[in-house]
Amino acid sequence: MSTTTSSRPSTTAAPRRQRPRRRNALRYGGNRLRYAGIVALFLAPSLIPLTLFTLVPMVSSLWVALHDWNLITPMEFVGLANFRDLLSDGDTWAAFGHTLGYIAGYLPLVYLLGLAAALALNTALRGRNVFRAAYFLPVVTSWVVVALLWRWLLSPANGLVNHLLGLVGIDGPGWWTDPTWAMPSVILASAWKDLGFVMIILLAGLQAIPGELYDAAKVDGTSAWQRFRHVTLPLLSPSSFFVVVISLINGFQVFDQVYVMTGGGPAGSTEVVVQQIYDLTFRYGRAGDASALSWLLFVVVLVVTIIQVRGQRRWVTYA
Amino acid sequence: MAHPIRRGTVAAAAALLTLSACSQGSATREDGGEAGQVVVRYQEFSSNGGNEANLEAIVAAFEEENPDIDVQVETTPYADYFTKLQTAVAGGTEADAFELNYENFVTYAESGALAELDVDGGAYTPSLLEAFQHDGAQLGLPESFSDVVLFYNKDLFAAAGVPEPTADWTWADEQAAAAALTDTAAGVWGDYQPATFHEFYKALAQAGGQFLTDDGSATAFNSPEGIAAATWLAGKSGTVMPTEAEGAGTPDFDSTLFREGKLAMWHSGIWMFGPLADVPFEWDVVVEPGDQTKASAMFTNGVVVSANSEHPEEAQAWLEFLTSSDTTVDTRLSAGWELPPIADQDKLAPYLEQTPPANRQAVFDALDATVLPPVIVRQQEMQDAVTEELGNAAAGRKTVEQAVADAAARVDELL
Repeated sequence: MSTTTSSRPSTTAAPRRQRPRRRNALRYGGNRLRYAGIVALFLAPSLIPLTLFTLVPMVSSLWVALHDWNLITPMEFVGLANFRDLLSDGDTWAAFGHTLGYIAGYLPLVYLLGLAAALALNTALRGRNVFRAAYFLPVVTSWVVVALLWRWLLSPANGLVNHLLGLVGIDGPGWWTDPTWAMPSVILASAWKDLGFVMIILLAGLQAIPGELYDAAKVDGTSAWQRFRHVTLPLLSPSSFFVVVISLINGFQVFDQVYVMTGGGPAGSTEVVVQQIYDLTFRYGRAGDASALSWLLFVVVLVVTIIQVRGQRRWVTYA
Repeated sequence: MAHPIRRGTVAAAAALLTLSACSQGSATREDGGEAGQVVVRYQEFSSNGGNEANLEAIVAAFEEENPDIDVQVETTPYADYFTKLQTAVAGGTEADAFELNYENFVTYAESGALAELDVDGGAYTPSLLEAFQHDGAQLGLPESFSDVVLFYNKDLFAAAGVPEPTADWTWADEQAAAAALTDTAAGVWGDYQPATFHEFYKALAQAGGQFLTDDGSATAFNSPEGIAAATWLAGKSGTVMPTEAEGAGTPDFDSTLFREGKLAMWHSGIWMFGPLADVPFEWDVVVEPGDQTKASAMFTNGVVVSANSEHPEEAQAWLEFLTSSDTTVDTRLSAGWELPPIADQDKLAPYLEQTPPANRQAVFDALDATVLPPVIVRQQEMQDAVTEELGNAAAGRKTVEQAVADAAARVDELL
């Protein structure tokens, strides 16, 4: 390293010296190749894993989707039959229905909880850094740990939640053993884990709102609610947009917590799309159907995201 | 001009980063083994949950006899084993030799993933040896067999003044005893037999019914016998047996309940003899009660050599030792593990002399009338569909008649 830096008088001089060299590299054909080589070299650390572990599997899965394959016998080409079968299979629609049900409960809950936490921790609350860290801790915790914890908390017979409900005279539900309550159980655990992520993004958004706007609004004699409604919410909308897009995509891809907490049960009530993809591949040896379903999910997420990006000009205010 | 040293540094840094990104551990382990040794990797599930040391003892004895072979065992719990195995086979990283249960053997045999074995076969019980043949080729060796019996807690029977089960018991006797033994205030349950596929096909046979038609083209269990079997199983939950909400169906729930002396009768496999040897109460076993007839579930595990193995001869030598050597027979019998599949019945004698349970003869009596699980290509989907519908009946979400009809319709679609 000392050899590399010794040729330069100081590090601050580096940008000035780099620019002419870059122009040279672009101008002369012989150097262009060398320049491209250096660029490729620097991109390689992220490009190679991305190609190997994302692009190649994605393209391969499209190939697998055109076949019947149980992972151990040779693949058999079936064309688009897997897609046709999936679209006419009630289980597919049920899985998308369960996923939408999850999103319908999860998205509002995690957003409102995250917003409440962000607003509370954006004040001069004593010990707010401790709270911020505490709320963020579940975000960086493994889903398996969190799901097992909630499975225990919501255990119908010996769980803490039903025990506490019992103390105030409420006979708690069967939670993840009851088809009616299994999805709410998963939603509760998910919102608890992810609210820290929403909080951090919204908190950053809140802190970017200039204080003068609030001062001006106060001078105009606005109430606290009016300031929240007409200053905070509009200026927070770019952060909210980001949170909603990300949470929606995560919602469509919900899996870990379902796999650990319910495995798709009871009576199939939490069989979401990715759980279905998992079961088709690893339980039922139907990798072709599973790959086709993955692509259906991809298309759905893509369409929903495009609609959101198009629709953002209606409600997102960029200051 | 570009600085030669700097460019070298850049290249080295980029190469290092690339390498580190790719250096995640591989899914399966492969050690080199000592110099001159042939490494034989062996994937299995059946030692998991208490018999690991017994398998290690068999490996040690084999390696002592064959100092040039190093057997490396990879144990996975049963619940995850077949997921791991099929991804390993798909990726070409499966072990030289691996374990399969009878239900999964057919799929693997048809796939071409198994190497044909060249064995004498005289050491094995002929019917078990034949179970692992496919299209006239010996593609696997029987490794063990086991059956399911009725375990019962003698202390609980004595305390409740209920006569102990006998081989002549029917469902009605079991039901009456279970009701008398259940004491929810004390947390004591009379019976444990989950409403699942594996209990259903057996109860169906006990009721005199059959799962599939003779030619295997359709289900035959949406019948009075099928409804009788489903009623028998679904009626236990919440009356004489804990419900799902009370924890039934979670891993080790039933074995823990029995070990704690809170369960009077338990339908379980003979592989539990060893793990239950040290409980502080008296227990015994008896052939499961029947209804119209007796029928006991029998399970067989086999071992195979991968078609991709670079050391098929060494792998086969290990498997022959694992399945039929005297060391294996002794280890399995003294540990109360699943039984060795050997033809020489005299070698099994020491098994009967051990206690508990006193009535080990029941293990062999059960073999007089056995029922094998129905096997179809879409096996797991069939098992899940039947278990889910029976669960609906047990939880009261559907009538038994509706659940049986729905299960039959779902299985028919899979055939």
